[in-house]
Amino acid sequence: MMPDLGAYAFEVALAYAGSFVILVTIIGLSVLQALRAKRLLDETERRISDA
Amino acid sequence: MSLWEYANPRKFMATTDRLVGPLFLFAALCLGTGLTWGFFFAPDDFRQGSAVRIIYLHVPSAMMAINAWVMMLVASLIWLIRRHHVSALAAKAAAPVGVSMTLMALFTGAVWGQPMWGSWWEWDPRLTSFLILFLFYLGYMALWSSVENPDTAADLTSMLCVVGSVFALLSRYAVNFWSQGLHQAASLSLDRDENISNEFWLPLIVSITGFVILFVALVLLRTRCEIRLRRVRALELKERIS
Repeated sequence: MMPDLGAYAFEVALAYAGSFVILVTIIGLSVLQALRAKRLLDETERRISDA
Repeated sequence: MSLWEYANPRKFMATTDRLVGPLFLFAALCLGTGLTWGFFFAPDDFRQGSAVRIIYLHVPSAMMAINAWVMMLVASLIWLIRRHHVSALAAKAAAPVGVSMTLMALFTGAVWGQPMWGSWWEWDPRLTSFLILFLFYLGYMALWSSVENPDTAADLTSMLCVVGSVFALLSRYAVNFWSQGLHQAASLSLDRDENISNEFWLPLIVSITGFVILFVALVLLRTRCEIRLRRVRALELKERIS
């Protein structure tokens, strides 16, 4: 299944691994920040409506 | 129906609520297909060998690095001319995605350049203009964080975005303007004779589609986040005043 990457196996693997890390980081951070902002807004609206 | 309706945060939130999930799914499908196809099933290049597989990451990320800045420029101009808050927040939301794409393009370019050029880095016109674009992204994000008043921050960052557009355009056309660099000309062309072979082109197009849709999904998600945070600040201000 794994293709024969020959002499450039290290470079190709490094490029894919590094890009995967960058993509996962930006997606993960964006989702976490979005969830945090939604929770913060819900809490603020609840606090103000209770007051 | 007018496009300006979406300048209303309520309308924007209602519309994008239904879009973000399917966009992420479609992006995952395209990226999964394009990168799997490119990595496992695309052939080696007769000169570059298996290193050509880096093209499926490098070209889409480099394209999105430039396109993200162009999107930020359009959103910034809308803010400067029409003062729609959603457009300023969309520009702010796109910057971290753009900087990630620029970093990925620089990283994959360095890793690809090492075996092909014998060097991780060269002060080539395209590479140098990309590095400056990366620094502009960092400066743009730093400026948003350093100014407390959001409208002033939007004004200043919009002006910075207009200035930085010179480098976004330079990084795209540097190869055409100065021909002394190591970087090759564009791999994709509408001219059938100049375009890369279909064996490389098809997985590349699928991968590019995946990157474009992922960018749109991330910008929508992050803009929704910025709109919510703005609403929190407004409510807290109202609470303090009352």
